[in-house]
Amino acid sequence: MTMTEGAPVDPDAAPIPKVSFDATPESYRHWQLEIDGDLAWLRLDVDESAGLVPGYELKMNSYDLGVDIELYDATQRLRFEHPQVRAVVVTSGKDRNFCAGANIRMLAQSSHPWKVNFCKFTNETRNGIEDATEHSGQTYLAAVNGSAAGGGYELALACDEILLIDDNSSSVSLPEVPLLGVLPGTGGLTRVIDKRRVRKDRADVFSTRSEGIRGRQAVEWKLVDETIPKRAWDSTVRERAAEAAARSNRPRPDSGARGIALTPLQREATADGIRYRHVQARFDRAQGLVEITIDGPSGGVPESLSRVHELGDTFWPLAMARELDDLILRLRINELELGTWVIRTRGDVGDALALERLIAQHSRDDWLVGEIRHYFKRVLKRLDVTSRSLIALIEPGSCFAGALLELALACDRQYMLDGTLDEDAGEQSDEAQILLSESNFGVFPMGNGLSRLASRFYGDDDHVAKLRQEIGRRIEAREAFELGLVTDAPDDIDWDDEIRIMLEERASLSPDALTGMEANLRFVGPETMETRIFGRLTAWQNWIFTRPSASGPEGALRRYGTGRKADFDRKRV
Amino acid sequence: MAINYGEKIPNNVDLASDRKLQRALESWQPNFLNWWKTMGPALPTHDVYLRTAVDVGKEGWAQFGHVAMEEYRWGVFLAERGDDRRIAFGEQKGEPVWQQVPGEYRADLQRLIVIQGDTEPASVEQQRRLGETAPSLYDLRNLFQVNVEEGRHLWAMVYLLHAYFGRNGREEAEALLQRNSGDLDSPRILGAFNEETPDWLSFFMFTYFTDRDGKYQLGTLKESAFDPLSRTCEFMLKEEAHHMFVGTTGIDRVVARTAELTREHDTEEVGPHGGIPLDVIQRYINFHYSVSLDLFGSEQSTNAANYFTAGLKGRWQEERRRDDHQLTEDTTRIDLVRDGQVTTQEVPALLALNHDLQTEYVKDCQSGLKRWNRVLEKAGIDRRLTLPHIGFNRRVGLFAEHHITPAGDLVGADVWEAGHDRWLPSAADKEHVRSLMRPVYEPGKIAGWIAPPSNGINGKPFEYEYVHLA
Ligand SMILES: [Fe+2]
Ligand SMILES: [Fe+2]
Repeated sequence: MTMTEGAPVDPDAAPIPKVSFDATPESYRHWQLEIDGDLAWLRLDVDESAGLVPGYELKMNSYDLGVDIELYDATQRLRFEHPQVRAVVVTSGKDRNFCAGANIRMLAQSSHPWKVNFCKFTNETRNGIEDATEHSGQTYLAAVNGSAAGGGYELALACDEILLIDDNSSSVSLPEVPLLGVLPGTGGLTRVIDKRRVRKDRADVFSTRSEGIRGRQAVEWKLVDETIPKRAWDSTVRERAAEAAARSNRPRPDSGARGIALTPLQREATADGIRYRHVQARFDRAQGLVEITIDGPSGGVPESLSRVHELGDTFWPLAMARELDDLILRLRINELELGTWVIRTRGDVGDALALERLIAQHSRDDWLVGEIRHYFKRVLKRLDVTSRSLIALIEPGSCFAGALLELALACDRQYMLDGTLDEDAGEQSDEAQILLSESNFGVFPMGNGLSRLASRFYGDDDHVAKLRQEIGRRIEAREAFELGLVTDAPDDIDWDDEIRIMLEERASLSPDALTGMEANLRFVGPETMETRIFGRLTAWQNWIFTRPSASGPEGALRRYGTGRKADFDRKRV
Repeated sequence: MAINYGEKIPNNVDLASDRKLQRALESWQPNFLNWWKTMGPALPTHDVYLRTAVDVGKEGWAQFGHVAMEEYRWGVFLAERGDDRRIAFGEQKGEPVWQQVPGEYRADLQRLIVIQGDTEPASVEQQRRLGETAPSLYDLRNLFQVNVEEGRHLWAMVYLLHAYFGRNGREEAEALLQRNSGDLDSPRILGAFNEETPDWLSFFMFTYFTDRDGKYQLGTLKESAFDPLSRTCEFMLKEEAHHMFVGTTGIDRVVARTAELTREHDTEEVGPHGGIPLDVIQRYINFHYSVSLDLFGSEQSTNAANYFTAGLKGRWQEERRRDDHQLTEDTTRIDLVRDGQVTTQEVPALLALNHDLQTEYVKDCQSGLKRWNRVLEKAGIDRRLTLPHIGFNRRVGLFAEHHITPAGDLVGADVWEAGHDRWLPSAADKEHVRSLMRPVYEPGKIAGWIAPPSNGINGKPFEYEYVHLA
């Protein structure tokens, strides 16, 4: 690999580019999505010269955020637009090269927040791949038809099966530690032991051996499921995909199930905010916060499933979830200094609940309703791992009911107005209410496998059981406070001051300390692979990213490809 | 309940149209009155000739008349100010002052207000039994005037907590009534305010030395970037001046009487003749001065530095200081003990702000000493009263670990023990002073250990019936 000469620039001083997450298969530069009956083929064929940001070439099928944005788009479309697809084969369009992982030049030139956001997003997409396999009957197989290094192997690890071509040269490897002085941080270390059950000493050997492992040993060590000779490759891969498809509970190709189109989001982005149809974000740069308002369904709840399918991506829960998803992604990467997100809802509690019931009734028997449920679950999880202070304001005219109440529960704090504010006493005289539904008891689990209520009242099952009795009842502020569902319930006289002071106080605290504190407090109780990836692997990776041995001018990341050896800080910390 | 707020609670904060404040005060006021009845002056009175503030203007701030004390109209007043006040110091110097509490400083400002607020009712509690031994109706009235005004100062701080600090502020306002001076379970915050004020000599010393600490603390808060706090403190300073007048003239009169008895009996041993010897007065000065110095906190303080940098608390007469008002580069010298010697050391000025304030206070205290010594001089007595060294008898700050004599010598524990009763009021001193404390409630009469005042209150003669006892 060649490097251009020149004084190393400090990546953290460089401006951070603005990113859009829009993609359509027609616009993909790096992936080919081919649908073939109940199988889909996702071929990675990276366009070297089409990096998202100037300054690097995406050689050897290495990826950057732009490549992953397309992958995310493809996984979403597979779920919504292709109900008949029951197995997805991830493979490479390049000869002898499956994927070389995240592009090193890109990492070396990126600022710390960029690296962190990039890793978080790629992690979420890989978790989404596993979610599709587990919940949508869309099983992902990695057909590793060339070397899979680092993030390339991590992509394979996210799949349910890993098939490795046996050509005596293609290997799987995690060379991050020996070559780059960082971790295989996109779930690699975690999945090797947690998911593939590789013994820890072997995982240690594997993760420090830059050339990786191939052939029979790779199978023996459980790094891959099967090696396939080159001549039998195509047919065996197809066979394995067909076997996976046969196990699926997705609609059969002959069932007449038709996908819905995910049309481009209607979005109006200005310097002061972003407006979608159902979601608005207003930036308050002076205060360092974003006011996010999510509109509930306006009237007309569809009375039949066929109507839901007809509405497609304009069906409110899906439209809202897509908008919120896009907003979270954009704010996370483009608005680093807006450190507090204030979340409100607006709409009719009754309508929100009617929809809720529709989803509850059919999320098992209708593929689309099921997909919507799991999508909203993933959006909520995105919120859970967002490094911003999340504050829910529950005011009169809001509709924090059932699924939407999860938004409030995902927040670090919830404030509910007790009474009504003077100005809206005339037109909007109802007090704020929240409403529990089945949705709050496990329909949208967090990464730790628990519902947000079970996390909130961890270790107090009796209280959770008691809350279950409250399902369907409109709960006003004082009571919500007593039930522990909100942090505080100031009345109309106190509301403005309490909220203002709380937000200002928050804004004055150290952003780093807040990020660490919030991440610790949000995830209580059991560890899962997911929490270990976000909580442990990511935290260690982010620490290493700021250390001189990786990111200093003489660090391994910055020296990679210069022909010069990294100069490590030899102290073990 | 319909309340005429302007009438019942005189104010210039537009209470009548502030629902938030009304609600907070409505629930607080009964608790305050209850506190006043149980912890306020113990001596039953019918009415007292008191000054009530009904406005901040020249006319309004001092209205005199006989009032039943529980009907005293405790009001809420902020000094009037121009609209374009700017922050005078710290990092945000030159920016407009704050009309709301910035969230960033909520906790610090609340703490400063609570600490100040806690001292106000504390002194009422400390002085609650003094009425039973008042040397004259004139003095009794002054005691009550100080008491109702300390009550009003509590109101002033409670107003700030209610108006600007939300629910948290209301809870703190409640707690100001729940802590009590000397209470073992729930004492007042600062040590000096848990000491009883057992006799009138202590009362005069307290109003001279300890109220003067209050004056300096208020002076620093008057500089605050939080404008409502600044304006509140400015108005309180006006009333505080009267408290110190009571202390200054009270000690004047004790010294004058002692001088008179000395000449009359040609001896400094005026005790047997019903006076308070100068030695005892000196020891009382030593005690009250040193515990009041402790109230300034440690001479070196990062808290004080942070408050200054943030604009929460300035220096005494900040705007008259001729420096950059940020002090990031400045140094100053402070007194301390090093290598077994009392010496000085150069430290960053920012860290020595408590020392700076204490220095201003010491200068101010000197003027009282000059005054009392003039009384002695006029009476032809050679003895002089003095302020002890600032390191003497300190429990807080850089001298806390050391024994320093009034003259400023560093001594060991044994010398300190041996000298203790020569430097600080002894049991015998206190017993003697207590023995003199007999009430005199007859108009125009006065106890034998103190001289009558040269003037009455508000142009009224000394003989005026300032208090009608119940
Ligand atoms: Fe006071
Ligand atoms: Fe006072």
